[in-house]
Amino acid sequence: MGELEVHALRGIDLELRAGELIVLLGPSGSGKSTLLNILGGLDTPTAGEVRYLEQMLSGADEDELTRFRRDHVGFVFQFYNLIPSLTAKENVAAVTEIAVAPMRPEEALALVGLGERLDHFPAQLSGGEQQRVAIARAIAKNPAVLLCDEPTGALDSATGVIVLEALEKVNRELGTLTVLITHNAGIADMADRVIRLSDGRIVEERRNQTKRPARELSW
Amino acid sequence: MKALDRKLLRDLWHMRGQAVAIAAVIAGGLATLVMSLSTYDSLLTTRDRFYREYRFAQVFTSLKRAPEAVAGRLREIPGVERLETRVVAVVKLEVAGFDDPVTGVLSSVPDIGAPLLNSLHMKRGRWLTPYSGDEVIVSDTFADAHGLHPGDRIHAVINGKRKALTLVGVALSPEYVYQIAPGAMFPDFKRYGVLWMGRHALAAAYDMDGAFNSVSLTLASDRHSPHGDERAVIARLDTQLAPYGGIGAYARRDQFSNRFLSEELKQLQTMATVFPAIFLGVAAFLLNVVVTRLIATQREQIAILKAFGYAHASIGWHYVKLVMGIALLGVAGGVALGVWFGLGLSGVYMELYRFPYLEYVLQPNVVLIALAVTGIAALSGTLLSVGRAMRLPPAEGMRAETPEVYRATLLERMGLQRWFNQPSRMVLRHIERRPLKSLLTVFGIACAGGLMMVGNYQRGAIDFMVDVQFRQAAREDLAVTFIEPSSGRALHELAQLPGVRHVEGFRDVAANLRFGHYHYRSAVYGIQPEGRLHRSLDSELRPVRVPADGIVLTDHLANNILHVKPGDLLTVEVLEGRRQTLRVPVLGITKQYLGVSAYMRQDSLNTLLREGNVVSGAYLSHDPGVETALYARLHERPRVLGMVDHAAAIKSFYATLGEFVLFFNMVATLLAATIAFGVVYNSARIALSERGRELASLRVLGFTHGEIAYILLGELALLTLAAIPLGFLVGAGLCGILVLAFESDLYRLPLVLEPYNFALAATVVAVSALVSGLLVWRQLGRLDLVGVLKTRE
Repeated sequence: MGELEVHALRGIDLELRAGELIVLLGPSGSGKSTLLNILGGLDTPTAGEVRYLEQMLSGADEDELTRFRRDHVGFVFQFYNLIPSLTAKENVAAVTEIAVAPMRPEEALALVGLGERLDHFPAQLSGGEQQRVAIARAIAKNPAVLLCDEPTGALDSATGVIVLEALEKVNRELGTLTVLITHNAGIADMADRVIRLSDGRIVEERRNQTKRPARELSW
Repeated sequence: MKALDRKLLRDLWHMRGQAVAIAAVIAGGLATLVMSLSTYDSLLTTRDRFYREYRFAQVFTSLKRAPEAVAGRLREIPGVERLETRVVAVVKLEVAGFDDPVTGVLSSVPDIGAPLLNSLHMKRGRWLTPYSGDEVIVSDTFADAHGLHPGDRIHAVINGKRKALTLVGVALSPEYVYQIAPGAMFPDFKRYGVLWMGRHALAAAYDMDGAFNSVSLTLASDRHSPHGDERAVIARLDTQLAPYGGIGAYARRDQFSNRFLSEELKQLQTMATVFPAIFLGVAAFLLNVVVTRLIATQREQIAILKAFGYAHASIGWHYVKLVMGIALLGVAGGVALGVWFGLGLSGVYMELYRFPYLEYVLQPNVVLIALAVTGIAALSGTLLSVGRAMRLPPAEGMRAETPEVYRATLLERMGLQRWFNQPSRMVLRHIERRPLKSLLTVFGIACAGGLMMVGNYQRGAIDFMVDVQFRQAAREDLAVTFIEPSSGRALHELAQLPGVRHVEGFRDVAANLRFGHYHYRSAVYGIQPEGRLHRSLDSELRPVRVPADGIVLTDHLANNILHVKPGDLLTVEVLEGRRQTLRVPVLGITKQYLGVSAYMRQDSLNTLLREGNVVSGAYLSHDPGVETALYARLHERPRVLGMVDHAAAIKSFYATLGEFVLFFNMVATLLAATIAFGVVYNSARIALSERGRELASLRVLGFTHGEIAYILLGELALLTLAAIPLGFLVGAGLCGILVLAFESDLYRLPLVLEPYNFALAATVVAVSALVSGLLVWRQLGRLDLVGVLKTRE
């Protein structure tokens, strides 16, 4: 079997601005994860340019990408990926300890509505609570970009809404550029801008004239 | 090939690094077993074959002189199968170009035909010409040590007369597999040699025409006594030879070379049991731990296979095959390595013990033991772990394990929390969260470190042993033996020799020591109560005065052989002269690592033997540099029979036993290091597979390669640090077991651990950890960062 070159993304031209809440929609295999990885500095494109402010991310080496993630990017994973041996507060502190100008862990947790459960270990938290700790961990460094890959994918609808509300609040209050990947079209209504990907190309880009608050969403 | 089997091969290939490390642990343990047991079996087989083929006698005795007619009566003793008389003379030898004193034993062989008993294996040259007057065959050790070849000439002083001898052959004898001069501690092939000469010529030179002074015989075996009626024959022999100055017959097991060889084989057997038991035990334990953890990482796969509908048995079998694949690799490597080392070790033994050939044997049961131990250790670990994974319903198995419940560690609860950053807390909590696992890892690494110490401590122990023996107890430069017990006045003559500083006489007499039903055939040494040269030491190794009118025994002889304590009355059956049976109180115990001895004051021994001031020989100290001249002067004295030069003895000891110890150390160290590396690497590798996802998440969050390495390797480092001192304890304990197991008449190893024993063990463990760390560091660089965004565990 010969090697077949597959382009995950082709001809993407995209500009994201501070404060925006973006929802990336698309079926699996559409390239949305690859795009998120490139935006988050986990991957570099084989061709083309990626720029963060003045910094060129395409062609950056491993150390520069780590630096970029460390200083500017917050990640929220579908399966939370909390460190089980650290409490909620400590999970956040793990990141703030290496950040340049972080907020206090307590502050970040209060922002996602978990001010009371600081000293609980992940095993003592529900799925929704764990995901909110993950959000607090992602935003505590005051990142410029918050990238969320299916943040509600492992949660039921009611819990998912609570998590989305937390993201909405962060975006609103901190003005963090938030990119949310989902295959769940129902979530798109809370975005400023919705980008739909298919086969590695942007097939639709629309701006919501009126954003619906997360609490009104359901799926 | 079934899909599951293909998965098996891929899995094996995928975990090849770990598989090799586990196999190395098994191989290390097995190689020790195979090496020791195969060497033991080989030497035993070789010895038995040599004894059988060359008709090694079963009972021996020497006497002063008996006419040949007596031999006929001896042959009629019931139970005697074959009996041969000989003339044996202890002589002084002169080899051109070698000035040191050389003692030789000249043993007669029939003038025509081969000896009936104790035949010779000709290595080079030819047999003696019938009735030749000056031809001799020499032992191969002596020939090799001096580079002697058939045709060379040497001189012997027989009965005060110097005689030129022509060497015609070089041979090996079952009687002298282990060659050691009387009174010497170690073999010295340059200064002690065995020669065989025609009976007629030797008898003529030694005034033994028509007479003999040595008897050897084999026993008739029948249904009732398959090994012959040894005791009855010995008793009859002693009665018949008493009038001719017989000094007591003894059985093969008391024959000097054979006893040494048996003791050494017993030591080897101990080594072949204790060492592999330790090595294999540790390896099996580690294998079990590693396999258990390895299977635990396969939890999800097991659930998936179950969900597909695979039966428990076939999933279990699948993992058994996986582990057996690794184990067989280890068994194959271990057996191959063991055979290789076994051949090497046998070769070293062949240098020390002279056999004409080596019959290398690898008994199938050795391989079976290897397979069984490995199989049980691997299987129990596998089945336990697979069983645990299989008890889960498939759905639960496939779900991410609920995050484990952690809590703040004791250190943090004690208020030290603020001193630790989050990565350090992760390290500490992870260790404390699974205390058993952490403990097992620590214990595993400690065992590996302990093995290093076992492999290495002998060198220091032997140095210590030699130091005590030659610098504190037997401090003489030279021990001189007289041809027969002589008047104490002879000492004055020795003291007059130029360069001699100090002379101390001694009286020794062959004796059988008896207490209850315990007995030991040895000698009683009469020494000077406040000797400066030859001293006895107490348990603290301080010289002690030998008390009058009693006997002092080496601790091992008193405690483990005769079972006497101070105050008991010991029966001493003297085997020479008037052959008295004496009752002597035990007055003290002395510390001695090499050999066993019974000491009395010389004057007390003289009194007991009802003789005047009689000495058997003397201990001498002399000025440095006078050796050559002094030896020459001593050599001229007809009364002087032999000399043992202590410096040379120590040197030859290190040359022979040293080589063996070095070889053994090298092998044991190599195997222990292999095991150490296998354990540490596996611990690190499994920790990586258990925590890879967690670490990758942190990488995504912006932690650098170094920062996540700290979390993983910090734990390994902490565990290794804890394991090193524990390893010292384990090592000291294992060495203690060895010391107990190795106790024998020949020597008792002192438990002396030198700083370098500890340092080497710590270094090997630390280096293993470092190398494992580096390998894992590289693997951390290949963590799948993108994968963790998508997948749960």
